[in-house]
Amino acid sequence: MRRVGIGLLATLALCAAAAGATARTSAHAAAKAENITIWVGWSARELKAFKKIVAEYDKKHSDVNVKVVGGINDDKITASIRSGNVPDVVSSFTSANVGSYCKSGAWIDLKPFLSKDKLDVNVFPKTSQYYTQYNGKRCALPLLADVYGLYYNKKMFKAAGLKGPPKTMSLLTAYAKKLTKRGAGGSIKVAGYNPFLGFYAGNAPDLSAYAPLYGAKWISGDGKSQLSKDPAWARLLRWQKNLIDWYGYKKLQKFNAGAVDEFSASHAFEIGKLAMMIDGEWRVAFIKDEHPELDYATAPAPVDDAHPELYGAGYVNGTIIGIPKGVKHKDQAWKLLKYLTFDPHPLALFSNAIRNVPTTKASLNSPEIKPDPRFKTFLKIFANPKSKTSPITAAGNAYGTLIQAFTVKWQAGHAGDLQAGLKKLDKQIDAQLKQAKAGGVP
Amino acid sequence: MAPWLIGFSVFFGYPLVMSVYLSFTHYDLLSSPKWIGFANYRYLFEDDPQVGGAVTNTLWIIGVMVPLQVMFAFGVALMLARARHGTGFFRTIFYLPALAPPVAATLAFVYLLNPATGPVNIILKQLGIEGPLWFQSPGWSKPSLVLLGLWGVGNIMIIFLAAILDAPRQLYESAELDGAGPLQRLRWVTLPTISPVILFSVVIGVIAGLQYFTQAYVAANVAAGQASQAGDQTVNNLGYPEGSTLFYPVLLYQHGFKFFNMGYASALSVLLLVVAFTITVLIIRNSRRWVHYAGAVK
Repeated sequence: MRRVGIGLLATLALCAAAAGATARTSAHAAAKAENITIWVGWSARELKAFKKIVAEYDKKHSDVNVKVVGGINDDKITASIRSGNVPDVVSSFTSANVGSYCKSGAWIDLKPFLSKDKLDVNVFPKTSQYYTQYNGKRCALPLLADVYGLYYNKKMFKAAGLKGPPKTMSLLTAYAKKLTKRGAGGSIKVAGYNPFLGFYAGNAPDLSAYAPLYGAKWISGDGKSQLSKDPAWARLLRWQKNLIDWYGYKKLQKFNAGAVDEFSASHAFEIGKLAMMIDGEWRVAFIKDEHPELDYATAPAPVDDAHPELYGAGYVNGTIIGIPKGVKHKDQAWKLLKYLTFDPHPLALFSNAIRNVPTTKASLNSPEIKPDPRFKTFLKIFANPKSKTSPITAAGNAYGTLIQAFTVKWQAGHAGDLQAGLKKLDKQIDAQLKQAKAGGVP
Repeated sequence: MAPWLIGFSVFFGYPLVMSVYLSFTHYDLLSSPKWIGFANYRYLFEDDPQVGGAVTNTLWIIGVMVPLQVMFAFGVALMLARARHGTGFFRTIFYLPALAPPVAATLAFVYLLNPATGPVNIILKQLGIEGPLWFQSPGWSKPSLVLLGLWGVGNIMIIFLAAILDAPRQLYESAELDGAGPLQRLRWVTLPTISPVILFSVVIGVIAGLQYFTQAYVAANVAAGQASQAGDQTVNNLGYPEGSTLFYPVLLYQHGFKFFNMGYASALSVLLLVVAFTITVLIIRNSRRWVHYAGAVK
């Protein structure tokens, strides 16, 4: 009896571990012959706008009937490619995964199509060219970009006697202190600027949105992590920690817990609980939709005091779009892809609708783009040659997870010596990249 | 071939063999696996900076949550076994949380324990107590998960209750005649009688602890404020805050499905298999000293 018991329990243990490693698969209905399908990550209001753009294409092209599927993430994309049941055109918000898609051939090489149609990718700014290829293999194109800049509440600025946005980090700190309002026991009622890593998209804990503001370089020429060697990183982290300490780490944590989800109408900036923030250009449309009465303005984000020449640059990222391997209607898929990414008309219309940045240089100045000074800030940041995105590596953006593990400890005061910590972090990232490259993967 | 053998091979044998094979490869889910020998294991044991924390967190949850769950379930079952009135009502009340889906239960707990707006801290404040930061604090996030675990302990509780009610009446009567008090009866009659159930719940609890995922995944994402699908996909909230909820299976998921590193995730799962097997065998061997089987032939 006891032996049976041991066997049974051991089997349970085995099943438990095996289940953890079994890959998930999901099936998706195949596109019908006369239909082509496009998968996008947008949902709700933004999906509706995208469907409108595609409907216009549909009307003009009688040979196809395009079906748009929204709310797609990278899990679904990989599952479909592995099952062979793919849409005709596929897009992802996670540009860092372009490395995986290109090097594996999961998204097909677009070079033959581009050469056949004599199209030049130089119509896109350098940053967008970078995050849509991997090691020279172009398997994706950019479809609107996300650009980060400063949002500030004009009413609060006026009340505090402040004129114009801060242009350096030391000014940002000074303004933040002036604009902050405290409640009982020092609790934060209104935060001037909240630098807490993990609080909203502008404070991504992998420091992606801050790096271009300090001109911080991630990787050296020989492909090694250099967070400890480039002094910009330490300057950035010290600036951030000083402001955190001024607020009080625990007080900020409580403030963050009380601020609801960033994509709800109760966003702290939108309801006047936050005077300044670094955020993506999409917020312009969200505010217009949710709080049109808000009196605010936008500007490039402030930069490192040691590098005032960086003012005007910012972090850029974007949606990538391509054709998955195993596609059934390759030519029609390419035609749609070409229309969506190269033609300034749909780019302008879609940009107007969801206020993301159109991705070709020509479309930035398109007469079809609805003028809006708050949004124009982001078009300028996007066109700025000093604007940067984060590096695309063999490990995707896995290095960001290691950086994040360190930075969240740092801001809590649990990381010890900064320089020693950054050195250790460099070693960890190098080991991770080496592991990701194992097996001869480029 | 016997049907069980087919089921065993398809649903257990094949995934197991494939997991072991994949653990020696670089496999990004999209291109075919490439053999890389022991490179994944070398990274696991020498370089991966997250493994240590994930193992510590997992051992913590096993070392703290499992004993507490067993004791709590046993305590509740003892009280329910003695209740004279409303037994059906109380049994239902204590069992009910076990029916709540883990995702919904976790969402509810993160809401209840929100340090700024949650009702628990608001009530504590009215009592003059400054409540902790719960899921927002690396020191309190695991205890918060333990609270969630204790609340949903109904399944073990119901098994304990059945075992306690099943203890032979005559043993209690003769113990009472010998002058044993309530504590002695608990120690010398109840505990030995239900010891197989204690063993069962400890083993099941340890295995569940080794696989602890859903609650940690949901709590970290919701507490970090990135619950919406429109959130920045590049932000990784697993383990929030400060890696305190990064349990071993969460790490495995991160590598397999977020980083497209299924070969390495397989190496992690093989290690989990070995550890789960070893711990289970150790517990069962050790149990020979304290588990009493009424019908066993020595």
